Formats: sequence, C-alpha cells, structure tokens
Amino acid sequence: MDEARILRRGLSPRLWLAGGWLLLALLAAIFAPLIAPQDPLAQDLMLERLPPFWLDGAEPGYWLGTDSLGRDLLSRLIFGGRIAFIVAFAAAASACLIGSALGLIAGYFGGWADRVISRIVDVWMAFPPVLFAILLVAVLGTGLSSVIIAIAVIDWTRFCRVIRAEAMSQARMDYVESARIAGYGRIGIMLREVLPNVLPSVVALLSLEMGIAVIVEAILSFVNLSISTDDPTWGGIIAEGRLSIHQAWWVLVFPLITLIFTVLSFSQFGEGLKARFDPVLR
Amino acid sequence: MLLQRFLVRLMTILVTLFGVAVVVFVVIRVAPGDPIAMMLPPGASNDDIARLRALYGLDKSIVQQFFIWLAGVLHGDFGTSISLRQDVLGLVFNRLPATLELATVALLMAVAIGVSAAILGARSRGTAVEAGIDIASGATLSIPDFLWGLVLILLFGVLIPVFDISGRVSPQLDLPFVTQFYLAESLLRLRFDLTWDLLKHMLMPAIALALPLAAIIAQLLKQSLKEVLDLDYVVLARVKGFSETQVILREALKNAALPTLTLVGVQFTFLIGGTVIVERLFSYEGLGNMAIDAVINRDLPLIQGIVLVFALLFVLINLGVDMMYALLNPRLRHG
Repeated sequence: MDEARILRRGLSPRLWLAGGWLLLALLAAIFAPLIAPQDPLAQDLMLERLPPFWLDGAEPGYWLGTDSLGRDLLSRLIFGGRIAFIVAFAAAASACLIGSALGLIAGYFGGWADRVISRIVDVWMAFPPVLFAILLVAVLGTGLSSVIIAIAVIDWTRFCRVIRAEAMSQARMDYVESARIAGYGRIGIMLREVLPNVLPSVVALLSLEMGIAVIVEAILSFVNLSISTDDPTWGGIIAEGRLSIHQAWWVLVFPLITLIFTVLSFSQFGEGLKARFDPVLR
Repeated sequence: MLLQRFLVRLMTILVTLFGVAVVVFVVIRVAPGDPIAMMLPPGASNDDIARLRALYGLDKSIVQQFFIWLAGVLHGDFGTSISLRQDVLGLVFNRLPATLELATVALLMAVAIGVSAAILGARSRGTAVEAGIDIASGATLSIPDFLWGLVLILLFGVLIPVFDISGRVSPQLDLPFVTQFYLAESLLRLRFDLTWDLLKHMLMPAIALALPLAAIIAQLLKQSLKEVLDLDYVVLARVKGFSETQVILREALKNAALPTLTLVGVQFTFLIGGTVIVERLFSYEGLGNMAIDAVINRDLPLIQGIVLVFALLFVLINLGVDMMYALLNPRLRHG
C-alpha cells in the first residue's frame, strides 16, 4: 500500500510534464499558420544556414536558424508537427481498432479463431518492421494515407497480442461465468463485460503506439518515402540535417530534440494513464 | 518430450516462413511501377521489354510466378537481382556477415550494460542509485534506436569527433580478408589494427541498437534478482558470510536469469530488425542498407530474398531461445 502511494505520487508530475508537452506541440501544430513566424516553404538563398538566435550572425525573426535553402527552421518544425500528429492519431487508432478486435476475438473465443489469428501474428512478427513499412509505402505510393495504412497494417499485432492475453485471462474469471449463467450471449459478454476490463491496457498501448507512429513517419521521411518532399516533416528535416551536419548542426539538433520529447511524452503519458487506471495500483 | 517440442516448433516455423513468402510475394507484385521499364534505357523496343519480362518470369500469372520462385528457393536459387544483375543468394550472403557482426556486437554490449545495471540496482535496492537506474532505463527504453543513432552522430561525430560515423571500414585500408566476417577474421589473423578500425566504425551503430535492449534487460533482471534475493537459500548464503555482491553473482543470478533470457531472445529479433534503419543512418554496408536500396529500385527478387533471410533469422533465434529455455528450465525438462 505504501509502495502504491509513493508510486502514485511519483506518477503525477510525469503525467503532467508529458501531457503538457504533447498539448503544447498539438496546439502549435493546429494553429501553425498563426504561430509560425515565417512561411515554412519560403526559400531565400541570402538567408541560408543562419544560426539560432543566441549565436553570432543570427537574423531576428529566425529563432532557430535556417536550413541550407534559407527556410526558417522553427516554422518548419511547427508545420511538421501537423503531419506528425495526424499520422500519430490516425495510424494508432487504425492499428488499435484492427488489433484489439482480432485480439478480443482470439482471446475470448479461442479455438480455431485463436489458431488462425495467432498464426497470422507469427507471420507478421517474422518481418523486420522498418523494412516492412518501407516496402508497403513503396508499394502504396508515397503520401499521407500510405504512411498511415502502412503503420496500421504493421503494428496491429502489438494490440492483438496484448489484448488476446488479457481477454483470455478475463474470459476465465467468475464474472464472465455468471454473465453466461445470467443468459447473456457470447458476443454480448465479450463487448459488455470483457472489453471494459481490457480498456486500460488498450489506452496505454494507444499512447505508446502514437509515439511509435511518429518515429516510423520520421524514418519514412528520412529515407525519402513519406509525404511529398515539399511539405515539412520532422523526418525530412532530420534527413536534411544529417547531410549538412558539419555546416549547420542546428538543422539536426532541433528536430531531434522535438522528436525525443514527443516520443518520451507519448510513452510516459501512456504509462501514467495505465498506472492511474490499474485497480491494483490505485 | 524435448524432441517432440522441437518438431512441433519446426513445423510452425515452416508455416510461418511460407506465410512470409506469400505475403511479400503478393505485396510487391501489387506494386505499381514496372521494374523492367526501369532497367532499360528509354527508347527500348516493346520486343526488348517483352523478352526481358520473360527472362525474369514476369510474364506469367502471380500464382505461377510464386511456385516457380518457391521451387527455385527450395533448390537454393533465389533468382537474379534486377538492379544489380547478380545472383540474389550471393548478394545476400555477401552482406549478411556485416549485419550479423553488427547485431552480435550490439547484443554483447546490451547484455554487458544491462546486466551490470541490474546487479548494481539490485545491490543498492531502495537507495537513490536504484531510483536513478530506474529513471535512466525508463527513458532509454522509450527512445528508439533511430533517435539514439542520431544523438550519437551529433555527440561523437560532430561535437567530439572520436568515432567514425559512416561506413564499415576505412576505405583506404588494404583488406586481406577472404570471408565477409571482417571483425572475426581480423581477430583470427591477429590484425588488431584492422579490428580497431572496424570497431571504431561499428561502435556507434552498435550502441544505438544496444541501448533500448540494455534498458529492458536492466529492468527485468533487476526485478527477478530482487525477488530471488528474498528466498531462503539466498538468505542462507548471506548468513554463511558471503558479501551481497558475491551472493548476487554466485547464487541469485543463475536463478533469476531465465525470464530475462526469454525476453532477450524476442528483443534480439527487434534489434536485428532495427539494423535496417541504423545501417542506413551510418552508411554501414549491411543487409538492411541493401534492403532499402532494393525497395527504392523495385528490385523484386532481391527484396524477396532479403525479407525471407530476415524472417529465417527471426524464427531461428526464437527457436534457439525456446530450446535453451526448455533445456534450462527443469519443469519443462522433466515435464
């Protein structure tokens, strides 16, 4: 009990910090046209590779400096957040929907449904995920929807495996048995009794998956396979920064910090929510 | 009992590999874009295109193509790369050792860092040291290898340029190697100058791959160690006068290692999957880097070959871990 209380007290700040960063980044992305100090696409070769504001040679209005085409880094980061969050929400939600549904069916019904679904999961787990993602986007053609589909198609197994195991242990519990005796149908029990009990795990996984989706999008942009090259993406800025690392380190440093903060926040937020929902810890 | 378990696992492995082959085959053939058109100069006649299509078997139906390819694979013939115009199996075997050496070095580093952190944490349980290890491993775990790679490039490629951040070996060196296992061969030939050069190139990508796994090992092993340290036989060892470190190393570690071992197996496959992008990041000439080029060039036979080799590696590692678990766990050994 003592341990639980200490744990909970320790959790709150991390939930606040993580949630705060995510909210800030999300609001910046939503209101990007109002906030961004410059046009993220405007090139100006007179302004190329300007350093961030505290260094000599910086120009006012270009807070984090510019890249090798003279585009404002801060504005590109803010606009890049739009694609990152769209991908995070859409891809994670799709993966969650597919994976949770299949996991619930496999875990609760068992039998041949479980065998078929588990075999498919085995096949999926035998693919290197990054290579699979690159392959799918190459096949589907670059673009926002391809990236979202690719992530959902690959990562549904994460949800499926966890939800299957949870549903399996829930299905053996007394309350499910009593619901059956009370005359509820199998699908009714699955949706009304088992689903609410696996929800805390789903929520935690969902937050984790959003962080993963942001990374995968960045990786795809990095190998030049994500959205059209004109739209600023975090991965695209990183790819550009990797190339000019010896001339303009800031083009790599700032998107990297943004990505690390965002990914850490998504995973900490998920863990924090799970601990909050978990009846044992509460 | 063990044999039966092994045979059942072998069957599921074959089914899994077959599934992987089907999925890759179907996925890459729905792809728009004609790989043949990409390899011919513009202005090639339709006859030329048709002849080349027939040469690569692309004029047949997907089902026919699949079984022709499968029959070839069973005979060890994975086809010919369209972009590099070489035997796929030869290309894959040429690059696989580089990836295996990188993954092995990364695994060793992950185990070394993870186990040390776990022992330190278990030894000083309840103190600020343990809390520090918890926070560090939690944060390390959440940041994927791709981002660690970039952080390392910035720190040790630019800020303090001590390590090489590009390639597998310095290009100006004269290499006496006959195999592609450069690191192993340099050790066997006692050419430690070459070993050092190889390690200098390998260290950064290896650490990027190792850090998340090291964090998982640290967390899980520390947890198991703490549980074991409260058991009677450990208390007895302590009463006999062994120091806490001795107790952990001699008594607790062996019994706490089993859950970690299983997890390391699964996580090792993730680590190998991570080599794809980390090799790209560090321009390391391994299988993963070649895979990305193959996808970009729409080199169907090469993609199929590489994905199948990765899948084979994954299932073999899982099988190995499973067997090791069965051998080490007395409940399964005598079950």
